[in-house]
Amino acid sequence: MVPAPDASQLPGASPVSDAPPLRFEKITVVFDDVKALEDFSFTVKKGETRIILGAAGSGKTVLLKVAMGLVRPTSGRVFVFDEDVTDIAESAWFEVRSKIGMLFQESALFDSMTVAQNVAYPLLNQKSIQMKREEMEPAVRDSLRFVELEQTISKYPGELSGGMRRRVAIARAVVTKPPLLLYDSPTAGLDPITAHTIMALIIKERDVDNTTALVVTYRYQDGNLVANFRYNPDSGRLDPAASGATKTVFMVLKEGRLIFEGNQAELEASTDSYISKFVKRPEEAAA
Amino acid sequence: MYASIDFVSTSTVLDFLKGPIQAIQDFFELAGRAMRNVIRRPHYYDDIRLQMDALGVGSIPIVLLTGFFSGAVMALQMGRALGQYGQTGRVGNVVSIILVRELGPVLTSVMVAGRNASGIASELGSMKVTEQIDAMRALGTDPVQKLVTPRMIATAVMLPCLTVIDDFVGMVGGWVIARLVYALPSLQYWSTTWRALGWSDLGQGLLKPFIFSFAISLIGCFYGLRTSGGTQGVGRATTQAVVAASVTIFVLDLFISKIFVSAGSS
Repeated sequence: MVPAPDASQLPGASPVSDAPPLRFEKITVVFDDVKALEDFSFTVKKGETRIILGAAGSGKTVLLKVAMGLVRPTSGRVFVFDEDVTDIAESAWFEVRSKIGMLFQESALFDSMTVAQNVAYPLLNQKSIQMKREEMEPAVRDSLRFVELEQTISKYPGELSGGMRRRVAIARAVVTKPPLLLYDSPTAGLDPITAHTIMALIIKERDVDNTTALVVTYRYQDGNLVANFRYNPDSGRLDPAASGATKTVFMVLKEGRLIFEGNQAELEASTDSYISKFVKRPEEAAA
Repeated sequence: MYASIDFVSTSTVLDFLKGPIQAIQDFFELAGRAMRNVIRRPHYYDDIRLQMDALGVGSIPIVLLTGFFSGAVMALQMGRALGQYGQTGRVGNVVSIILVRELGPVLTSVMVAGRNASGIASELGSMKVTEQIDAMRALGTDPVQKLVTPRMIATAVMLPCLTVIDDFVGMVGGWVIARLVYALPSLQYWSTTWRALGWSDLGQGLLKPFIFSFAISLIGCFYGLRTSGGTQGVGRATTQAVVAASVTIFVLDLFISKIFVSAGSS
């Protein structure tokens, strides 16, 4: 889709190897004596999509913010592309973050900027990229075309609907073509049709650019869609995928602890009452 | 028994002080980072210009209004008081000294604090609760460099300018009263006004708003950036910023005045 440069190929960018894009080792995060994450360990392999399920306050967003360096862990180690980033300075994090795209829960678009300026923001400000202004517009247009919102380029976020804002935020997250993407509740607060559109974009991004992704959600159907469908570039639609072809792993969080990690079949087979609440089994869906 | 009471009261006092001390430490850390960024790249010149327009030019109407009426009221009261000693002709003298040394800097700063510390706190607070500050960090920008430093520079440049405008408009207000109420000749009013001022008065009158500007911008940014608790938190941060900035202005004013008085230049 977007012929914009790959983050790893941009001037000054460090090459992205086949190393695991993200690894947590015994991460604990404490806020005011409350443990948001506790002894949390997992490794995300290249090309994998992790669906992170959990109730509100279970630590899903904190997990993404630790991965992005926006929250410092109280203990444990974080590795991004095999680089230990646990104790690096904020200025060093800017380089690491150029390899990561993030969609925030409420989109977090800058209200005072147009859609074009929002999408161009990482191209202009990330030190390892800093694209020339004349090269920027095609990249911004391509990214907006990817989310089918090129016509909104000169509008302000306040003029867009919630779903459109979410799509513009996806365009901003992927404009630098980062190899690792973090989606924080991409479908929260959206109607089912718009939610489906957003998830289809996430699948399209995964299949077109072969990105690794963490998708935080409380909706099992989002994970089901990611695990079982692929983007068909010819038809531009989602087609059913072969079993296991999408490299999707499910994780379930409860009160800051990882209580499940496995594939969809294992998740659906779980008899844990907490996990079962997130899983909509085929017979339940039919009912 | 007394020992345990002492222990409880000491720990309670320490717990009570922990929050404010932490806040003061955080404030000075933010101030240090903002000032360090003045000489560090990148510099956001467009943001500085934008803030100079919003914080400075946008404040001119309130400065004109408050300056004119404060000068007029002062001339009215002083004219009456001086009239008891047959010194009504010295109204311009008193008005200019009080305006330039005290009332101009403090009144302008308090008005600007009311308008801009609240504006800064609510804008940054809204950005904080909608994760725009986090997004800024995620997209390669230091929020202190992008948001705090331009506001600090813009306020430091514009507040002394606004104070000069306030002083002049206040003198004009005093002149209107001197002419209409006390029938003083214009030449007498303006010559006494001009002669009353020394270089130290002008220095004091410009140094104060320059120092107050840091209190206004940094306190506004500090409360904005530590906002939590949604829209209610934004409202709380805005109120706290205005109160803290206004009180700080009066406290700093006392210290700066004391230094000038002690130096014998007052």
